[in-house]
Amino acid sequence: MSMKFVDEYRDPELAKHVSAEIARLSGDQPLKFMEVCGGHTHTIYKHGIEDVLPPNIDLIHGPGCPVCVLPMGRIDDAIAIARKEGIIFTTFGDMMRVPGSHGSLLDAKANGADVRFVYSPLDAYKLARQNPDRQVVFFAIGFETTAPSTAVTLLRAKAEGIKNFSIFCNHVTIIPAMKAILDSPDLRLDGFIGAGHVSMVIGMRPYNFVARDHQKPVVIAGFEPLDIIQSIYMLVKQLNEGRTEIENQYARVVRPEGNVKALQAMAQTMELRPFFEWRGLGFITHSALKLRSDFADWDAELRFEVPGLRVADPKACQCGEVLKGVIKPWECKVFGTACTPETPIGTCMVSPEGACAAYYSYGRFSMASERNRLHVLPITQ
Amino acid sequence: MCLGIPGQILEIVDDPNSIAKVVVSGVKRHISIALVRPEGIAPGDWVLIHVGFAMSKINENEAHETMKALYTMGNIFSDELQMLQESQIE
Repeated sequence: MSMKFVDEYRDPELAKHVSAEIARLSGDQPLKFMEVCGGHTHTIYKHGIEDVLPPNIDLIHGPGCPVCVLPMGRIDDAIAIARKEGIIFTTFGDMMRVPGSHGSLLDAKANGADVRFVYSPLDAYKLARQNPDRQVVFFAIGFETTAPSTAVTLLRAKAEGIKNFSIFCNHVTIIPAMKAILDSPDLRLDGFIGAGHVSMVIGMRPYNFVARDHQKPVVIAGFEPLDIIQSIYMLVKQLNEGRTEIENQYARVVRPEGNVKALQAMAQTMELRPFFEWRGLGFITHSALKLRSDFADWDAELRFEVPGLRVADPKACQCGEVLKGVIKPWECKVFGTACTPETPIGTCMVSPEGACAAYYSYGRFSMASERNRLHVLPITQ
Repeated sequence: MCLGIPGQILEIVDDPNSIAKVVVSGVKRHISIALVRPEGIAPGDWVLIHVGFAMSKINENEAHETMKALYTMGNIFSDELQMLQESQIE
């Protein structure tokens, strides 16, 4: 079923046809599939994919949004750096409004800190070259999709000897998070919708353990609505035929070996941290990256004093459970009341790729169909 | 950040640093092509751009499809496109 034109990707008839196939193959067996990519979460809610799927298919939103998984302690460390004298603190726009224990980077900016959002680490690097008397720091976040960009920027800074530039490295890796989800007792998944653009970098091989050790299928999906629906079809087909494999629905962008140059750049500049805290998942071993010692001169964590404290989430915030897929966004006590995109308490409501923000903006309007599926809620029609 | 934006390579403007000029929905900008050079990058090629870096070479069809789809994504895409337009990579 190759798709050529975007209309084909979005053709509602085709979606219904594929969904009928999914229903036929899965019968009424309840199946839980997790996606671990903020972009997928957004597409799923934006296009109401859950409403097209048969009711026995339950999409669980995993820890795939790099903004959402960052613990509050790291936000506080970022703000601590941003407040220091002479610093130009640069970050992706998404991170500006993430609440720390005492306000966000945006609040720090309002109180005089020089905080600027940038589109690319190369923009931050250019600021460093233009302001030799200032210390420019880049708040590096993201999975393997964005880590190579930080790596290439670092290689260039070293080659050109630009020393007033440093990286506050918070890059995370996808596989340990999936492993933690699979090992956690309170979640029974039937398969994964594989992150499209992370896989563009890491390729297909790193997912093999999911099929080999956990007998669960993974299908790497693109970002069109029909990409996701077709990927679910491929997952259900595998289960129906008793297969558990790593399949690539997004072959038009993802190559089995990934992007070798990107992986090399990461290997040259970064190494795995012994452990790293993820919001909701706790400490996970070898799940994040830090700069290698030969890049110590560009490591903001070594150059600047940071509190480095572990800060618990606010009591009311249940982002942790949402990120693990244990509860749905609307099951969180403060969803849509105290916690909204304008007044976010937790990270899942700040980033547009967070499950709560995506659900709040799009999913709520299909609440009726959701409520029909929630067996716990008495449905008074 | 996660979505990625397709762009067409116009010319390579700084070979040692792998900086190329691309056009993204009518806007000309500089990005890095360091991560896709092994695939052989030449003017006219289409690439998927993440945070100012071409991450994968894509065919023209895929580029147009992704572009059309992104326009329906609303603010998450228009924000990223607007930030790319403000970026001044050299």
